[in-house]
Amino acid sequence: MDKSMEIIDLLCENSRLTEKQIATITGLSEEEVKNTIKNLEDKKVLLKYTTLVDWEKTGREVITALIDVRVAPQQGHGFNRVAHRICQYEEVKSVSLISGTYDLSVEVEGKTMKEIALFVAERLAPIEGVLSTTTHFVLKRYKKDGVFYEEGEDDKRLVVTP
Amino acid sequence: MNTDKYISNVVKSIPPSGIRKFFDLVTSSKDIIALGVGEPDFVTPWEIRKEGIDALDRGSTTYTSNLGLPELRIAISYFLKTHYNLAYDPEKEIMVTIGASEAIDLALRALLDDGDEVLVPEPSYVSYAPCVTLTRGIPVFVPTDEKNNFILTPDDLKSKITSKTKALILPYPNNPTGAIMKKEELEEIVDIIIEHDLIVISDEIYSELTYEGKHVSIASLPGMKERTILINGFSKAFAMTGWRLGYIAAEHGFIEAMNKIHQYTTICAPITAQYAAIKGIYQCEEDIVKMRETYDKRRKFIVNGFREIGFDCFEPKGAFYIFPSIKKTGMTSQEFCEKLLKEEKVAVVPGDAFGPSGEGFIRVSYAYSIDKIKRALERIKHFAERIL
Ligand SMILES: Cc1ncc(COP(=O)(O)O)c(C=O)c1O
Repeated sequence: MDKSMEIIDLLCENSRLTEKQIATITGLSEEEVKNTIKNLEDKKVLLKYTTLVDWEKTGREVITALIDVRVAPQQGHGFNRVAHRICQYEEVKSVSLISGTYDLSVEVEGKTMKEIALFVAERLAPIEGVLSTTTHFVLKRYKKDGVFYEEGEDDKRLVVTP
Repeated sequence: MNTDKYISNVVKSIPPSGIRKFFDLVTSSKDIIALGVGEPDFVTPWEIRKEGIDALDRGSTTYTSNLGLPELRIAISYFLKTHYNLAYDPEKEIMVTIGASEAIDLALRALLDDGDEVLVPEPSYVSYAPCVTLTRGIPVFVPTDEKNNFILTPDDLKSKITSKTKALILPYPNNPTGAIMKKEELEEIVDIIIEHDLIVISDEIYSELTYEGKHVSIASLPGMKERTILINGFSKAFAMTGWRLGYIAAEHGFIEAMNKIHQYTTICAPITAQYAAIKGIYQCEEDIVKMRETYDKRRKFIVNGFREIGFDCFEPKGAFYIFPSIKKTGMTSQEFCEKLLKEEKVAVVPGDAFGPSGEGFIRVSYAYSIDKIKRALERIKHFAERIL
């Protein structure tokens, strides 16, 4: 397999693997691993090393909403202008162009449902070109980025077997 | 009622499994990272599962012939030929069993009379010695040594042969050590086996999980096919533990004897699993290779991890276990495992569960994601910093 793909896969599994550990696993030298990662970062293939948090288990209130947005495409710009505009807000965690009934899928984070509702009403909906919004609040997470939220869901084996 | 007085003396004489004891301890703990499992973390490849579903959908819910579906025996014959260059007649020399587990039991029952001795290299899989005992045979342990990479050496073998020795269990690739025996190493014991007229029960369940080079079956060496009862199965390489499917390849006379027992005790292996396994052999080579490559990465990662922490760790070439020495801690295997479980919530298996020579070692499975292994290694490092 292409070695940089192998490194990307490993970092996707655990981005805190050290260069030395990655070198052991892939059989590359530490120097090669370091250079490959640097190169991938420079080319913006590797954009960021993030953390997946189960906020429910922290004291902090984090509410997430997925908002379907219908947009009137603009001459020469399609959906890009509106998408870029939506991206500017700090509350907005992700913006994607999607196929189907809606045009943009927007993920928004806030402290309360009310906060998000207000954000949609006062910031998102009034943007020129936005035709409609449909807000879905996330009530419970089962799996995200390949990780199960509930213990035992990802490994159904007995803990010790011969 | 006091049931004890009704239980057979042979059954009573069998010690409880060291693994079982540890299992109870582990299940009563919370938030542990377990590296104690002897089965793949992958689910069975989709093509195989789909064929299982289809077989049920078609209404294939009957018994099969005692030996197993003819198409499956042909597939197994094809597999043995293409992977290990072994030629077995699917009609006469192959039978399908309920896991390698049943195969081990059948082989011993077909061969042994009261008092016959069976050589069991150890550390090794927990069921060999009890199965010999249940057959009224006598298990004779042959210790293997880390100095010799845990292989069976000609001297070790010779030292345990008596006039009563009937068979040798050859457990490579090995659970728990991960040791394999290379062709040259097998060649060194062949003459002794033939000279003493021993039958070899070769448990090759991990054959496809061999890293750095290909697995060689002792049955492929001159003069050995006729005196080898080859055991293999689908549990490990095909990630099919719960389907319960294995097989035996041997001389027709051995197959006939084992089939005699099998027809009365189990009739046949489950038909769903049999159909699914045919697909596995013909269509899942790629999945198997991918799983093996994944295990291989984890193997390098975990061996290195243990060595960096400061443990001596034999480099395993097969299966999905490492067998590091914990001798320098001064603890017994049991003490070490209990303390590690209690203090750092990591479950590994004490080496002595696999035979007396396993004392001073632990079995750590790497049938886990890199992510999990990494987290476990961090805890073990933390533990080692206090005790080393
Ligand atoms: C060496 C060895 N032989 C046989 C078995 C039993 O395998 P099966 O699932 O095919 O009964 C195992 C399972 O752990 C094993 O490790």
